Amino acid sequence: MSEELAKKEWENSFAEDAFEPLPEDEKNGEKIVRKNTSYWKDVWRNFKKNKAAMVSLVLMAVMVLFVLIGPEISGYNYYSNDYSAVNQGPSTEHWFGTDNLGRDLWTRVWAGGRVSLLIAILATLIPEAIGMIVGGISGYIGGKVDMIIMRIIDVLMGIPSLIYMILLMVVLGSGNIWTLIIAMSITGWMGSARSTRGLVLQLKSREFVTASETLGASPAWIITRRLIPNTLGIRVVGITMSLPSAIFYEAFLSYIGLGVTPPTPSWGQLIKAAGEVFRYYPYQFIIPCLCVAVTMLCFNLIGDGLRDALDPKLRS
Amino acid sequence: MENREALLELKDVKTYFQVQKGTLKAVNGVDLTIYRGETVGLVGESGCGKSTLGKTIMRLYKPNDGQVLYQGRDIWSYRGKEKKAYAKNVQMIFQDPYACLDPLCVVSDIIAEGLKIHKMCSGAQLEQRVEELLNMVGLGKEHASRFPHEFSGGQRQRIGIARALSLEPQLIVCDEPISALDVSIQAQVVNLLKKLQREMGLSYLFITHDLSMVRQISNRIAVMYLGSLVEIADSEDIYLKNYHPYTKALLSAIPIANPEAERSRKRILLSGDVPSPVNLPKGCNFCQRCSKATERCRTEKPVLREVEKGHMVACHLV
Repeated sequence: MSEELAKKEWENSFAEDAFEPLPEDEKNGEKIVRKNTSYWKDVWRNFKKNKAAMVSLVLMAVMVLFVLIGPEISGYNYYSNDYSAVNQGPSTEHWFGTDNLGRDLWTRVWAGGRVSLLIAILATLIPEAIGMIVGGISGYIGGKVDMIIMRIIDVLMGIPSLIYMILLMVVLGSGNIWTLIIAMSITGWMGSARSTRGLVLQLKSREFVTASETLGASPAWIITRRLIPNTLGIRVVGITMSLPSAIFYEAFLSYIGLGVTPPTPSWGQLIKAAGEVFRYYPYQFIIPCLCVAVTMLCFNLIGDGLRDALDPKLRS
Repeated sequence: MENREALLELKDVKTYFQVQKGTLKAVNGVDLTIYRGETVGLVGESGCGKSTLGKTIMRLYKPNDGQVLYQGRDIWSYRGKEKKAYAKNVQMIFQDPYACLDPLCVVSDIIAEGLKIHKMCSGAQLEQRVEELLNMVGLGKEHASRFPHEFSGGQRQRIGIARALSLEPQLIVCDEPISALDVSIQAQVVNLLKKLQREMGLSYLFITHDLSMVRQISNRIAVMYLGSLVEIADSEDIYLKNYHPYTKALLSAIPIANPEAERSRKRILLSGDVPSPVNLPKGCNFCQRCSKATERCRTEKPVLREVEKGHMVACHLV
């Protein structure tokens, strides 16, 4: 009985009125409407979704804007001193106050930002790029090449970088931003090379690398298009972390007289100078500190967002 | 198939690896010829050197001895640009559809890679060619801008096939292209490969351990055991009449779809383990597991010889 019932039900389910035409507005339900995008457009689309990273990006853009136009709009320059207005607090006359030589701090902070940001960005990206290429070659080619490169790095890392710095400054001449950037590039690429090599060793046995090889790709092609892009997502956070340390390194070098020479300001120098009179004139100390802190935070959050956006698998 | 043109010839190819315990003889003296337009199935259990042989053909491993001849020329005698040009002739489809596509590249970049490397086309022409290739493997241009992780296993394998086809090769080495896929998807991919072969006159070396699927696609089947071939024959032939005890044991493992026949199916169970390819037996590789092994088998290595027309066996007892 129940079998018959089931059979009837089965037949009924195929009766003509059991189906109805799909409503007009649902007919395009299977159509793919998403527009074709390139890789970088997709990265940007995903980066935009990260609110913290976007706020940081805007904040960073504002900072860069001030750094570019700040010194021009105050009506002062960063080196002229005015002994009638020494150590004045922030006012309408001097927006960030003046230092112990009566120089306008607003102008000095933003002019210092030029130096600090330039050094931070270039002294991070140049050694990072060198390290990636050296590490990529070392890891991918392997064998004797890898052995020789890694031993050279071991030796170079064994010597404190300050020694090279001092030697390079002596040879290239100190006091110049570019000398500082070159010196930091020459001494800073080893860590990045090591870490890239480690990542490349993991990646190079993956089948997509073999696939490129079977397509006839040269080692240079594979290193630059397959291996380095795949390490970038992991490296990018490390890169943004080393930006602030470049700012501080510059400050330290300036302090011992190897960095930019006065009166050229940099954030590090301003902090050092104000640190001595911090108890009496805290504004001299707090303002450049705030600049460094905001820059650091922004770089970190941007790096975080970039890592998520660069790796398609981490996207939601 | 008379007057067949030999596309690829393997002559006593030996590929060894140095490991801690000694020399691992992954491929140990393989002779095989692949003719234009045919499919050779290469079967054998895991670790018998099938994939190593495939990669040796791809110029990824340099054989320690022997020759790989492509249209009569040793592929290791190539100089300069010839090395790169070899990729246009011989391509590979990979086992793992998840690992063989760069996760950072969209599909159009993956498929266009070979075209860019060989500067075969650019701009709008490149875009058009990618679309053509996508259509060829049953995907559409709407898939071109997606990332590999947005696809199913079968679709990814199609992307891998499109990439291999982009250079218009003569021979495609298929390294277990279906073993990571569902059965229904396996049939799709095999049918696609067969269709492409008909349309483009491709030759395949189809490496697999799936014995029922290899029968579907292959013209000839080569059975590999511990780095050497033990039997080569036409694919229909080998299922009906096989000589080597290892082939017999291997083929007896195929289940039969008819349950009554399946019940009466006799499995030949092999005793013992596969010897280590680092320490091969002195005589026949199979002698330790063969029930019929004689003294001669233990001391003398059998060579491949023709027992019937087109049917080669490496066994003393045949």
